[in-house]
Amino acid sequence: MSAPARRELERGRVGETVRRSDAVPKVAGEFAYASDLHAAGMLWGHTVRSPHAHALVHAIDTAKALAMPGVHAVLTHEDVPGEKRYGLEFRDQPVLAFERVRYFGEPVAVVAAEHPEQARRAAEQVRVEYEPLDPITDPERAHEQPPMHPQSWTQGHGYRDDPRPNVLRSIVIRHGDPDAEGDVSVTGTYELGIQDQAFLGPESGLAVPDGEGGVDVYVATQWLHVDRDQVAPCLGLPAEQVRIHLAGVGGAFGGREDLSMQIHGAMLALRTNRPVRFVYNREESFVGHIHRHPARIRMEHRANSDGKLVCVHATILLDGGAYASSSTAVISNAASFACGPYAVPNALVEATCVYTNNPPCGAMRGFGSVQSCFAHEGQMDRLAAALELDPVEVRLRNALAPGDVLPTGQRVTGSLPVADVIRRTAALPLPAPEELPRDPIRLPGGAGNTTRGEGVRRGVGFALGFKNICYSEGFDDYCAARVRLFAEADGGLAAEIHSAAAEVGQGVAGVMEQVARTELGLDDVVLAPHTTATVDSAGSSSASRQTWMSAGAVRLACLAVKEELERRGGSLAPGEEIDLERVYRHVRTYPLDPDTGQVVGGDRAHVAFACSAMRVVVEVDVELGLTRVVWIGTVQDVGRAVNPQAVYGQIEGGTAQGLGLALMEEIQTKDGLITNASFTDYLIPTALDMPPVVSELVEEPEPDAPYGVKGVGEPPTVVSTAAIVAALRDATGRELTRVPVRPDDICL
Amino acid sequence: MRIELVVNGEPREADVWAGESLLTTLREQLELPGSKNACEQGECGSCSVLLDGQLVCACLVLAAQADGHEVVTVEGLAEGGRLHRVQEAFVEAGAVQCGFCTPGLVVATAALLDRSPEPSDDEVREALSGNLCRCTGYAKIFDAVRAAAAAGAS
Repeated sequence: MSAPARRELERGRVGETVRRSDAVPKVAGEFAYASDLHAAGMLWGHTVRSPHAHALVHAIDTAKALAMPGVHAVLTHEDVPGEKRYGLEFRDQPVLAFERVRYFGEPVAVVAAEHPEQARRAAEQVRVEYEPLDPITDPERAHEQPPMHPQSWTQGHGYRDDPRPNVLRSIVIRHGDPDAEGDVSVTGTYELGIQDQAFLGPESGLAVPDGEGGVDVYVATQWLHVDRDQVAPCLGLPAEQVRIHLAGVGGAFGGREDLSMQIHGAMLALRTNRPVRFVYNREESFVGHIHRHPARIRMEHRANSDGKLVCVHATILLDGGAYASSSTAVISNAASFACGPYAVPNALVEATCVYTNNPPCGAMRGFGSVQSCFAHEGQMDRLAAALELDPVEVRLRNALAPGDVLPTGQRVTGSLPVADVIRRTAALPLPAPEELPRDPIRLPGGAGNTTRGEGVRRGVGFALGFKNICYSEGFDDYCAARVRLFAEADGGLAAEIHSAAAEVGQGVAGVMEQVARTELGLDDVVLAPHTTATVDSAGSSSASRQTWMSAGAVRLACLAVKEELERRGGSLAPGEEIDLERVYRHVRTYPLDPDTGQVVGGDRAHVAFACSAMRVVVEVDVELGLTRVVWIGTVQDVGRAVNPQAVYGQIEGGTAQGLGLALMEEIQTKDGLITNASFTDYLIPTALDMPPVVSELVEEPEPDAPYGVKGVGEPPTVVSTAAIVAALRDATGRELTRVPVRPDDICL
Repeated sequence: MRIELVVNGEPREADVWAGESLLTTLREQLELPGSKNACEQGECGSCSVLLDGQLVCACLVLAAQADGHEVVTVEGLAEGGRLHRVQEAFVEAGAVQCGFCTPGLVVATAALLDRSPEPSDDEVREALSGNLCRCTGYAKIFDAVRAAAAAGAS
C-alpha cells in the first residue's frame, strides 16, 4: 500500500478502519514496554515469595542478604511506610506478608541490587521462618474451616449477610416462583479449571524517586488512578506525590487490574533514592497476578413441551483464592448471567465465592459470565435433547429481547438483538467435510502424525452468551478526558488528547483519536502519554467499558472545545490554545437487594448488555482423545463498530482464549502449590490450534452509548468455550461437563 | 567474559557473565530491547532472532555462544528507513494488538518467506506455531503473512 493511502487510514473517523498509531513502533521493535525501561543509576528489584500455600511467618532475617555484594536494600512488612494492606476493592492483602502467608508465591520481602543476578541471589538468602499450616484447598469445604480473614473484610458493604467462615460473598436471586414446574426437567453439574490470562508481557515496571519524597511509577496496568489510590496510602504519601504513568502493556485481559510491583518498586526507590526496575519472569508471572475463578455449577432447567423455559435453578461456587481482588463483582456477574440471554419467568440462583489457599482469582475477560455460560449452554443442549428439538430452535424460542425482565428484576432496555444473532449465526454456511487422505497437519494430532483419519468423528456445536457492558450494581465510575486545541505555526489547528485510559493492546488509543478527529473535523490529532499527572481518572480498561467511556469523555471534551472556539470567533492565533477537561458518566446503576437479589432503588443493576452466538465444527480422534477445531463461525452484537478491523481482531482473539479454556488451559495445583507455572506445561493456543474464524457484526446502536458503541472484547470469550465443548459432545456423545476437556474425557 | 559479535550489520562488544543469554545481552547491554522476554525458556518465540541466518530463540542461546557470530534482530529488518515488507504487512493487516509477540513473529515470518517465498496456509501455520500470540487469535497474522508473500512476489 502506498504512503498516501496509509496516511488516510491513520486519519479515519468513527466507523472507519484505522491503522493503529502504535503499530509501526511495535513492528519495528521500538515500542517501549514496561519490561524495556531503563534509567540512569537504576537498581534491580526482586521479590522473595512464599513457598507455602498457608503458613505462619515467625521471623524474617534479612541480614545475610543485605550483606551481599551489590545489595542496597532488603525490605519486609516492617518497612511499609503507610497502610500495611492494599486491595482493588477491599484492603485485605498485605503489601508484604506479616504473621501468615495465604497463597503460594505471596510476596514476603523485596530486594534491590545493582545487577539482576545479585538481586536474585540475595533474595535466596532472605531467611524466613515458616510454620506450615494445612491449606484450605477444597472450596466446597472452605466454610467448615477456620476463617482465613477473621476481619471479614468483605462483610458490611451492603452485601448479603453470610456468617459462614471464608465466604467472600454469597448472593441469592429469587425471581418469580422458584417452585414452578415444567413438563420436563434437566439437570447438570459443570466444572471449570483455573485459567490464566497468560498475557505475553510479564509484570514489569520502573519506580523513580523524584528527590522530594515522591515517586513516579512507570508500569503496565489497566487503571492508572486506582493503582495510585492503592499505592499512595501504603507509602504514607498524599496522592499527588505518587504519579503512575502507563508503560507499554503487553496484554492484560483482567490480569493487570490488581497491583504487582507498584508498591514494592516505589518502596525500594524511596528507600535507596535510586530508580528501581522489576521484571518478573514467566514462572513468577503465574503467581504475580490473579486468575480466572475455577467454578462448580449445578443447574436445573424446567421447561414446557413447547421448549419454553419455566424455571431455572442454579447453584454456583467460585473459588476466590486467598484475597478478595474483584471476586465480589465476579460472583455477582456469575449470578446475574446464570440464566443466559433467555427469558426466564422464574428462577432461584444461589452463588457463593469463598476464600481458600488456592491461587487468588479475580478479573479475567468474561468476568463470571464465562463460567455461567458454559453451564447454561450445556443445559440448553440437554433441554433440546430431552424435547427432541433442534438446539438452535430451543434457544430461539427463549431468546431474551428488549422489554423482557431479567432474574434481577431489571427490564432490558436499549439494544439486545439476541434472536438476530442466533439466526444469523445458524445461517453461516458450514465447511464441507474434508476428504481423506489429507496432510496430517489437518487431522487431530497434527504434525504428530498419529492418525490417518480412521477414528476421526466430526461434530457441530452451537452456543449463545451475553454479559454486561461497564461496571454494575451502583459502582458508577466516570471517565475524564482533556482536549487541548492549539494553532500550529502555519495557522492550522491541531489537537492533543490527554487521557488516563490504559491502552492494553485493545486499541482504545485509536478510538479516542477517531472520536477527536470526528468531532473536531481535524486530521492532526495526537494522544499525550497516559498518566495520572495531567488528567483525572478514565476508569479501568476492563468490563468492555473503555471504548464506550473514553469515546464519551473525549467527545464531551471536544464539544466543549468547539463551543469555546466558536465563542472566540472560530480561529486561534499562533500560540493560542483551548484546553478543557470533561467527565463522562453512564446511566446510573443500582445495587441488588441482599436478601432477594432484586435491583433496588432504581431500574437497573447493569448499564447495558452485549450478546454473541457461535457455531463450531470439530474433529475428534476418539481412539486417542485428540481434537482439532476445524471452523468457527460467530455473529456478535457490537452496537456500532468504531474501527471494524480492530473489532474483528477482538472477536478472533477473544475466541482463541475461550478455545484455550475448552481444550488446554488450566493452572494445576497440588495442596495449593502451582505445578505448571510455565508455557511448557500451561499451554495456550498456537497458530496450529486456531481454525479460521468467520465473524459477522450486528450493528444495532446502543441508545445510551456515545455513537451507539458497545464493548466487544468479552462476548467472544464468554461464548467460545461453551460452543467448542458442544461440538465435542456432538462428536463423541460424551457429557463433557468439565473444562478444559482432557484426552481421557473424549476417548471412547 | 568479553564477546564480539555482529548485530544488525554492526560490530558490537559486550562483557557478559557465564549464565547470560543472548536475549539478555541484546536487551540489557546492546540497547536492542525489540526482542522480547515473554517466557525466556524457548516456548513463545517472542525473542526470535537470526543467528548466522538461522531462526533461533535468543533466550536459548548463551551470549558466549554468539561470540564471533552474526545476529539480526527485529531492529535490523528495516532498510534505509523503510519497513521490511513483513513489518508493513503486519501494520496494514491489523496483526498487531498488544504487540509483545510481534517482533518475534515478524522475524519468524521474514525467515519463512526467505526460505519459502510462497508458503501454503498449512506451511505458514506450522512455521509460526512456535510463536505464541495471546491477543489476535492469529487470523490477522495469517493475513499479514499472505500479504507479505504477495508483496514479495510482485
